[in-house]
Amino acid sequence: MSSRTSNVVFSNLGRDNPVFVQILGICSTLAVTNVLKNTLVMAIGLIFTTALSNFTVSLLRRFIPTRIRMMVSTLIIASWVIIVEIMLKAQVPEIARQLGPYVGLIITNCIIMGRAEAFAMQNTPGISLVDGLSSGVGYSWVLLLIAFFRELMGSGTVWGQVVLGSWWVKWSIMVMAPGAFFMLAIFIWIVKGRILVEKEASNGR
Amino acid sequence: MEGSSPGTFAIFFAAIFTSNILLTLYLGMCSFLAVSKQVKTAVGLGLAVVFVITTTSALNWLVYYYVLIPFKLVYLKYIVFIIVIAAFVQIVEMIIERVSEKLYNALGIFLPLITVNCAILGVSLFMIIRKYTLVSSVAYGLGSGIGWMVAIVAMAGIRQNMKRSRVPGGLEGAGITLIIAGIMSMAFMGFTGMIKI
Repeated sequence: MSSRTSNVVFSNLGRDNPVFVQILGICSTLAVTNVLKNTLVMAIGLIFTTALSNFTVSLLRRFIPTRIRMMVSTLIIASWVIIVEIMLKAQVPEIARQLGPYVGLIITNCIIMGRAEAFAMQNTPGISLVDGLSSGVGYSWVLLLIAFFRELMGSGTVWGQVVLGSWWVKWSIMVMAPGAFFMLAIFIWIVKGRILVEKEASNGR
Repeated sequence: MEGSSPGTFAIFFAAIFTSNILLTLYLGMCSFLAVSKQVKTAVGLGLAVVFVITTTSALNWLVYYYVLIPFKLVYLKYIVFIIVIAAFVQIVEMIIERVSEKLYNALGIFLPLITVNCAILGVSLFMIIRKYTLVSSVAYGLGSGIGWMVAIVAMAGIRQNMKRSRVPGGLEGAGITLIIAGIMSMAFMGFTGMIKI
């Protein structure tokens, strides 16, 4: 792996993580984080879309007129999402039904558009694919973590298996809407707090 | 009041309160976090969203039932919906620019933002899945738009008043906004049970 590639990968997973630092694209996916299994399926669909639409946009970047580039990238993204939806319906019909419109809403997920605009428009297809892949993964691990805690505390289960026995009082607020807001806020708090401490430490020196 | 779905007014009311598109479905979060610093801009964006969401839900309903279904192109619905929304936003922008400069200055900057607002596409997709009639779809679109506006204006009001409050460093900005959104979402949960859709 060249140093540039590894740079792209690691900054997307950590330092420039799309969820924590850029607070992008939490729209469509946050809604499915109350069950871990659905989140994983959604995350795979999202990684696939981000990577391939980044690749396609980068491939076509010389032919896309600047004025309508947003429209063109939206169409590219939408085409990939259609493929994702067809695949999900064929492979995991039950989960696809539960996800419902949220699969389609991957189109308006700001991360994909953001990466296409900020990265794929200026870079070669290969590195754009890597960038899309890694920002998709960077986004997904955060969501999976949120889903893990929400499912664990809200229903006492992990991946549908009962982990916490009957002694556990279920925090039903966790599987309802406010839970996701609080979980995400806490995660952002922890990560940003650590970044601030590091900054202060390096300033003090 | 037709069809198998609940009454039109019930759908409208539920879209504002019991299943607020932002606070229970998390749609339109990006612009919610970015544009909720001032009440004035929040109202502007809110109005633009209400307008676009209502009209595009009607347009997309017509396109879906009169073009996509007869021609068996249902699998293309995402592309078609997003084109309808983008084209509509573009046209509105041009019209507003010609007609009223004042309105353009107030709303114009928000219009491009709206194309990628998940709430707009979300409403179109939900109305298809729930098999609403045209009237119900428009009511649902209008309700969702108003619900979104209520949420963002309330949030902007809270954030304006919080300027003087001391927030822990790590929570500043997005963190505290999400916590407030969580509390607002809990407040809106109080409406659950009044109407079900």
